[in-house]
Amino acid sequence: MTAPTDFTIAEARAALAAKRISAKELTAAHLAAIERLKDLNAFITVTPERALADAAAADARIARGEARPLDGIPLAVKDLFCTSGIRTTAASRILGTFIPPYESTVSAKLWAAGAVCLGKTNLDEFAMGSSNTTSAFGNVVNPWRRRGDNRDLVPGGSSGGSAAAVAARLCLGATATDTGGSIRQPAAFTGTVGIKPTYGRCSRWGIVAFASSLDQAGPIARTVRDAAILLREMSGHDPKDSTSADAPVPDFEAAVGRGVAGLRIGVPREYRLDGMAPEIEALWQQGIAWLQEAGATIHDISLPHTRYALPTYYIVAPAEASSNLARYDGVRYGLRVEEGGDLDAMYEATRGAGFGAEVRRRILIGTYVLSAGYYDAYYLKAQKVRALIQRDFDEAYRSVDAILTPATPSSAFAIGEKQDDPVTMYLNDVFTVPANLAGLPGISVPAGLDASGLPLGLQVLGRAFDEETVFRVAAAIEAAAGFDALPQLRAA
Amino acid sequence: MTYTLEGRTGAWEIVCGLEIHAQVISKAKLFSGAATAFGAAPNTQVSFVDAAFPGMLPVLNRECVAQAIRTGLGLNAEINLRSRFDRKNYFYADLPAGYQISQYQHPIVGRGEVVIDLADGTSRRIGITRLHLEQDAGKSLHDQHPTKSYIDLNRAGVALMEIVSEPDIRSPEEAGAYIAKLRQILRYLGTCDGNMEEGSLRADVNVSVRRPGEMYRTRCEVKNVNSIRFVMQAVEAEARRQIEVWESGGEVQQETRLFDPSRGVTRPMRSKEHAHDYRYFPDPDLPPLELDPAWIEELRAKLPELPDAKAARFQRDYGLSAYDARVLVAERATADYYEAVAKGRDPKQAANWVMGDLFAALNRTGRSIADSPVPAASLGRLLDLIADDTISGRIAKQVFEEMVETGAEPAAIVEAKGLRQVKDSGAIDAAVAQVLAAHADKVAEYRSGKDKLFGFFVGQVMKAMAGKANPALVNEALKRALS
Repeated sequence: MTAPTDFTIAEARAALAAKRISAKELTAAHLAAIERLKDLNAFITVTPERALADAAAADARIARGEARPLDGIPLAVKDLFCTSGIRTTAASRILGTFIPPYESTVSAKLWAAGAVCLGKTNLDEFAMGSSNTTSAFGNVVNPWRRRGDNRDLVPGGSSGGSAAAVAARLCLGATATDTGGSIRQPAAFTGTVGIKPTYGRCSRWGIVAFASSLDQAGPIARTVRDAAILLREMSGHDPKDSTSADAPVPDFEAAVGRGVAGLRIGVPREYRLDGMAPEIEALWQQGIAWLQEAGATIHDISLPHTRYALPTYYIVAPAEASSNLARYDGVRYGLRVEEGGDLDAMYEATRGAGFGAEVRRRILIGTYVLSAGYYDAYYLKAQKVRALIQRDFDEAYRSVDAILTPATPSSAFAIGEKQDDPVTMYLNDVFTVPANLAGLPGISVPAGLDASGLPLGLQVLGRAFDEETVFRVAAAIEAAAGFDALPQLRAA
Repeated sequence: MTYTLEGRTGAWEIVCGLEIHAQVISKAKLFSGAATAFGAAPNTQVSFVDAAFPGMLPVLNRECVAQAIRTGLGLNAEINLRSRFDRKNYFYADLPAGYQISQYQHPIVGRGEVVIDLADGTSRRIGITRLHLEQDAGKSLHDQHPTKSYIDLNRAGVALMEIVSEPDIRSPEEAGAYIAKLRQILRYLGTCDGNMEEGSLRADVNVSVRRPGEMYRTRCEVKNVNSIRFVMQAVEAEARRQIEVWESGGEVQQETRLFDPSRGVTRPMRSKEHAHDYRYFPDPDLPPLELDPAWIEELRAKLPELPDAKAARFQRDYGLSAYDARVLVAERATADYYEAVAKGRDPKQAANWVMGDLFAALNRTGRSIADSPVPAASLGRLLDLIADDTISGRIAKQVFEEMVETGAEPAAIVEAKGLRQVKDSGAIDAAVAQVLAAHADKVAEYRSGKDKLFGFFVGQVMKAMAGKANPALVNEALKRALS
């Protein structure tokens, strides 16, 4: 029999419905795994009492024959989603003791669907990072190791805790957010599936903001089907978020089995980078071959402004962040440091002590690019380039239905390996940021291992509000890849 | 005549433009559902959005948008079908998000105008540059504790309309007239209560001076002036200061200043109070504001009649003088009251009663027209009693004072006090005979040519009849008896 922690969500759902396992047993198994693998540092806050209470309520509903779509499914929530009565830190000292009196729309929807709250997962501070090393609560350890190398690797970021927790089987799925790749890159680094849906698909209400025009919530799970199950429950129009789309939410799970016969898949030539690892190129070619075999047609396409995406992102995101993070001033909640002096002195002391180096760096960059005399050259120019990048995709989607690219330029790296230079770190996002700038859905699906035995992901991008096609293509890759490798550190 | 100030070296002209911050009348704030009532206990009208808690998002209040459109229409201004909200970034303890949501580059209302009325009876057009929506900040209280500042966020997030005029104002009087007129229009529209003491209407005054015929010189901004009188004083004081600077060979520096009403001078703000790079950029939490032209037309159709149109109609339909019409339309409630009294009656008589006895009674009792001790319908019925000769105009004054005191209906007062006019010629003849008998000496004087004594006899007869005699009948009876 499968260990409870090895279930997919779809399997757990069936086992719960057939009463082969109770929500309480399923939850207890995950709480034990979290405890046993706490050295991964995937969680900032674990909520065992809440989890067991949620499980008991789910068991009662299942017993009454009133099961909800996610009843009894133990999930983890990135500690960027505000959870009522549960500390929410954004992995920052400045919010280290903050307990929100409200629940984010996305997490509220999951609890309403019956999911069990295991706790809050670690992340890069304010979701700024690609390695989960900027957290004020310590770095997260990737459950995967290189063959013959015992060094800790990063799980990617910023949703590193969520990805590590899902990969190590500490939860069946987790919420995450993606501003420039923060779902897809850690999913690729941990052999999990992560989808960033279309901008506006999930409400941003109650999610600590990083860059408002780019932030999107999405799930990380172990299969494409599980990601589809979770995304359906997380999605939907929210009048409390003016950027949330009033669009119907399709049954994403139903799309998973639909196949790719007749779909036109675009392969953008600009994603073939100089000096890209041959394994990444080989994996990409393998993906192309799998989709062809499954009945899709492959088309060479051009996204000419791709090379401007990263610099554009690193203007837009810090600009918005510099403004979004101004509210952390020590006046109303969170950390306050008073060393005497006036209000400005309190701001400086509080923010200096409360924010880590990467957050401070991005606030400085953002403040700079919005400053008088620089706005036109940076922010305004970036907005124009962003429109061109969006147009590239509009053009491409006239002739293709989805786009296939590598998810990341490399596999997971060791802690400290890329930290000497922030720009090298920023290059992790090179394949993922265009989808954020264009607001388009993108999924990372595990497709193979590199020479050192680490997972690699392929990325599928789709049209706005066409996550169904993205799921179809991802499911075809998943089926063809038959990815069944397991991380060295895991429950059961 | 152009208004000028005399300096040591000749005449100077004032160039002035005003930025008015008008608090929008709405139940909820611009981007949150929190209430907006004035005077609530500190921090009792604050939502998580207003306090900028993590993850909170603004949602635009449609009623505030409607109010801005109504105001724009009332100012004969262009309504922009597409506008946008920007963030104005600066740190202050009463600005919870660290930015104010405002409309910087693309305001909801474009060019319009206000016609101001001057004391000499002339009018001038003052151009409106733009009107935009923005959030108010909270309030810092520095006098509650020896070393700490307290923050009240009740006002944080309340909707303001910033109404910017062209630099068309040329004198303190025009500045005062502009605010008065703008305030009147806003109150008519019901989009701002115009209460300057409570801060619902605040003015930033831009002033420069120049030699007649010159181009504009450097201007200074006098911030947060909170009464019409102070605005007029600030314009004059700042203009005089600048003239002094120019005339003593100096150069006016563009800066932000404050008006000190107790000393009647402006002083520069401390640099910390204004030296900001606001780093404006479009608020990514709010999509551009797109307006449906049909909605604008709907709002236009429901606009109330505005003061200028009303005053013109009062002159045309009721035959009132320009002055009377302007006084009666100053407040919408007064105009409504007047029309209720004048309807179906002598409009000039109605105007005299409203502007005379009623205004005096309101002044005396400290009441506003909205809670007048004498409702319009009752005053109307009093005028009816005059018109049908039930009482004389003189008795009517007495009845009116009784109405103010007791709130009773005029007919009831007339009956209870027996004030009905006497038209019985027998009773009048008897009173006349009695008066003439009592004043035989005066009768002799009258008959020997002292015509002026006729009035004396009328008075005596009226007095004998406790003022209730019909004056025309008394005149007739006296003439008969004395002839």
